[in-house]
Amino acid sequence: MTTTSTTARTTAVAARATELSKVYGIGETQVVALDNVSVDFRQGEFTAIMGPSGSGKSTLMHCAAGLDTFSSGSVRIGDIELGSLKDKQLTQLRRDKIGFIFQAFNLLPTLTALENITLPMDIAGRKPDKAWLQNVVDMVGLKDRLSHRPTQLSGGQQQRVAVARALASQPEIIFGDEPTGNLDSRSGAEVLGFLRNSVRELGQTVVMVTHDPVAAAYADRVIFLADGRVVDEMLAPTADSVLDRMKEFDARGRTS
Amino acid sequence: MFRTALRNVLAHKARLLMTVLAVMLGVAFVSGTLVFTDTLGNAFRNQSAKSFDHVAVAVSSNYSASDPTDRGTPGISEKTLGKIQAVDGVASATGRVDGFAGVADQDGKLIGNGWANSGGNFAPGKDGKDSSYTFTDGSGPVKDGQIALDKDTAAKGEYKVGDSVRVATNGPVKEYALSGVFTTEDGAVNAGGSLVLFDTAVAQKLYLEPGYFHDVNVAAAAGATERQIQDRVVPLLPDNAVVQTGQQLADDQAEQIESGMSSMNTMLLAFAGIALFVGIFLIANTFTMLVAQRTRELALLRAVGASRKQVTRSVLAEALVVGAVASAVGFVLGIGLAVGLRSAMGSFGAKVPNGPLVIAPTTALAAFAVGVLITTFAAWLPARRAAKIPPVAAMGSAHLPASTKSLVVRNSIGAVITGIGAALIVAGSAKNGSAGQSLIAGGAFLSLIGVIVLIPLLSRPIIGLLRPLLGGVFGVSGKLAGQNALRNPRRTGATASALAIGLTLVTGLSVLGATLSQAVDRMTTDNLKADYMVEMANNMHLDPSAVAALQKAPGISALSPMQSSQLIINGSDQSVAGVTPGDIQKVMTVDTVSGSPDALAQGQIAVAEKTADKHHIKTGTKVSVKYADGKKGELTVGLVFKDNEFLEPVLASTELLAPHEKTPDISGVFVKMDGGATGKNEQALVDAMGDNPAISVYDRQDIRNLFGGTINTALNIMYGLLAMALIIAVLGVVNTLAMSVFERQQEIGMLRAIGLDRSKVKRMIRLEAVVISVFGAVIGIGLGSFLAWAIGKTIATSIPGYELVMPWLKIALFLFLAGVVGILAALWPARSAARLNMLTAIKTE
Repeated sequence: MTTTSTTARTTAVAARATELSKVYGIGETQVVALDNVSVDFRQGEFTAIMGPSGSGKSTLMHCAAGLDTFSSGSVRIGDIELGSLKDKQLTQLRRDKIGFIFQAFNLLPTLTALENITLPMDIAGRKPDKAWLQNVVDMVGLKDRLSHRPTQLSGGQQQRVAVARALASQPEIIFGDEPTGNLDSRSGAEVLGFLRNSVRELGQTVVMVTHDPVAAAYADRVIFLADGRVVDEMLAPTADSVLDRMKEFDARGRTS
Repeated sequence: MFRTALRNVLAHKARLLMTVLAVMLGVAFVSGTLVFTDTLGNAFRNQSAKSFDHVAVAVSSNYSASDPTDRGTPGISEKTLGKIQAVDGVASATGRVDGFAGVADQDGKLIGNGWANSGGNFAPGKDGKDSSYTFTDGSGPVKDGQIALDKDTAAKGEYKVGDSVRVATNGPVKEYALSGVFTTEDGAVNAGGSLVLFDTAVAQKLYLEPGYFHDVNVAAAAGATERQIQDRVVPLLPDNAVVQTGQQLADDQAEQIESGMSSMNTMLLAFAGIALFVGIFLIANTFTMLVAQRTRELALLRAVGASRKQVTRSVLAEALVVGAVASAVGFVLGIGLAVGLRSAMGSFGAKVPNGPLVIAPTTALAAFAVGVLITTFAAWLPARRAAKIPPVAAMGSAHLPASTKSLVVRNSIGAVITGIGAALIVAGSAKNGSAGQSLIAGGAFLSLIGVIVLIPLLSRPIIGLLRPLLGGVFGVSGKLAGQNALRNPRRTGATASALAIGLTLVTGLSVLGATLSQAVDRMTTDNLKADYMVEMANNMHLDPSAVAALQKAPGISALSPMQSSQLIINGSDQSVAGVTPGDIQKVMTVDTVSGSPDALAQGQIAVAEKTADKHHIKTGTKVSVKYADGKKGELTVGLVFKDNEFLEPVLASTELLAPHEKTPDISGVFVKMDGGATGKNEQALVDAMGDNPAISVYDRQDIRNLFGGTINTALNIMYGLLAMALIIAVLGVVNTLAMSVFERQQEIGMLRAIGLDRSKVKRMIRLEAVVISVFGAVIGIGLGSFLAWAIGKTIATSIPGYELVMPWLKIALFLFLAGVVGILAALWPARSAARLNMLTAIKTE
């Protein structure tokens, strides 16, 4: 299986992984999580990363987002090479250039919804752009809930706060780790809708790891991983086409 | 269930570490105290038994040289001694005289500290040896001008046999030739005192009268019992002599040692109790957390059929195991502590007799009982809470939010207890003396408990005050730290309580100390005009020759002795000071209320205002007087003066008292000099006293320190003893933070992911610790100041010019130290928070 090389077709690249490898352990206990992966995430594009459990999709996202270290290869966010950065610089990069949405929402229970949204900017010591913040809050429909604490919000609402938090600092790229994994289908659809809107209307770049074909269908492009390698790519996916493709993996997994 | 409990303890080793440490330290304090006092007591008892080994019977005379009414013979005469020696069954009888003897070192300074410097006589038997003293060098003094010194004193003064040694007794200093150096079983010497031996005739002249002894020690011949000898000796003695058997003496001394030890024991144990009390909060916090973390597990136990009691018992069993392990380690540590303490005492110059380490079975029992009971007691509430977890909690898919039960009940109870406590304190402060103080003690305990109950409620407003500051100065780390500190008010409260208790006591003591110090300062500045006070170093009375010598010193402008005496005035006993008329007003503040300042010179007496009021005495009142020698007379009150702490309630001229006293009891001499206190003037006084090491010349600062100094020493000892409680409180802060970091792993991981760098994570944890510590300190300082105010009120009337002094600088220092404590306590938790593996932390289960 050859690596699908993608060249910039329309716009610039927001993040790029080149010949990225991640190996755990040494010798016989060695596990290859990522095997020479090269992939581009284009600006203004909504990309979904899919693959069976253990395919390395989460590891790819963690490495690309500067959350995890890698064994070889390179990762660039914009024109910054992550491999050479120290922890402090990596942290700053995450703070200033990357937004995160987690499966478990990960809001601070002591802060109000609004405070949670502006947290990355508070950490940076920056004042949020009022108009933009208003825009984001309106989009996720949280206007009336800004003074609520996370425990007073439903799961869907909490994840909308998380989406707003990721968008509010206008990062170069947003990474989502199973953002709908803890939500019912309706709330999940809402959150995915916001993410797609942010790409379409605000020109945001979003990369999301998911195992749900329905979620993947919201993306512009789906990258399939298996055994730490990129095995396929699909543009303009639908839930059915993604599901079919996933079934192929299952079948192959059984026969091999 | 017990096996489950044991497994749980092993599984949570790290999280139980602080609990174990806290219990261990408390138990070590308790067992250390017990072992130390037992060992010390045993050593002293053996010592005293040994020193009475050769004494079958001791005869002592109750003769008092200063009491002119004593008509008995001055002690035991040599003739009586001879009769005792001839008694059947007596192997030997040795006469003893003793008194004060100070030895000067090479620089002319007194060796030892005044009250432990004694002198005695060398009483050789037929073989030329005195069985009480073993000479390591030279021999005993046998003629005028010779002395022997105990070994330690000789070593301290760097004296060798043949050297000339300056020795001060209550009279003038004299040079003696050192004839020998000895060791002895004498208790005072073994406790670090100095002992000078004179030839018997010399000692008699110095301390009593030629031919007389204070005591006679009788050794029994083989076959004679103590009782028999006692019966035979008694008829030979003058009326004022007392006979005791060696056994009685040893028992008496043992009893004294016992009571000395037991009061020391009680004090140390009280502080150990405080330390353990503080530990309770830490333990309770830990078990609360363990139970909360295991909610689902415990619910599962309930779901599969464990009863509530069984769940409670399983948690208590865990506490039991923890308590037992910690007690065992603490017990061993305590023994080490006792050993360390003994050698520490030795290195501070306090000589401790040697003896085996005494580890009583009751000590071991007490150590384990205390450790296990405290731990299980502290775990009791969490254990009951564990039992209340409904079985359905096991099925819940989501994390059950930590039960934030309403604090209404708790707050109401706390408010009531605090209210009663505060009321008692205020009521107590209105009363004087011990009645007020015991009310305050009760109130203090109640309000401390009440405030501890209320502390979660108090945490909101007090930490709320700090929050804007935190956010403003430290940005997002500060803001988050402030919020985290308020997140679990119960836990924050319990943690802060531990510190608050320590600081309540420390602050209370500091405020009282500062208040008393100032009172003393004011007393000296307001009441004293003299530049110097001359006194014996051992607080005995000065020889009248010293007063005469001082009067001849150059530069004296005024001088008055303080001659203590007793008069029975109008039928009631009064302390009287004999002073020099005229000069007394120059060395002391004697403010006239009514009458004439010249009254004393005219043979009249002066009475302090309060005493005069009490006995309805006015200027001009004639009072009947009975002098010390029993003679009666009538005197006129010529002056009523304002009370002065340095003066007795009644003043009279020394001349008036002199005819009625055998030896004047001069407690000190106050001196005013031309040119005030200067080095030259001080030297003039020292020279006038013959450079006597036993006589101290104090300037005003020294006089102030005589009183204030003891206050500071006492404070420092208390601070030292409270240190253990504070250490445990700090462990509590470490514990709470470690728990918080553990529980908030996911949050910290998220914060790291969205861009909070390691140093800011550390700062966040540190600031939380600082907030909790400072909060505890604020509560403690507030409560401590309140208590000090109340206690101060009860003693205010007995201290003229009393005014509460807040040692603001010290209080600021306490707050600052509390902050430092927070930073130190956060070292390890902050480090582990910063090192947290981000990916595992944010991963969901």
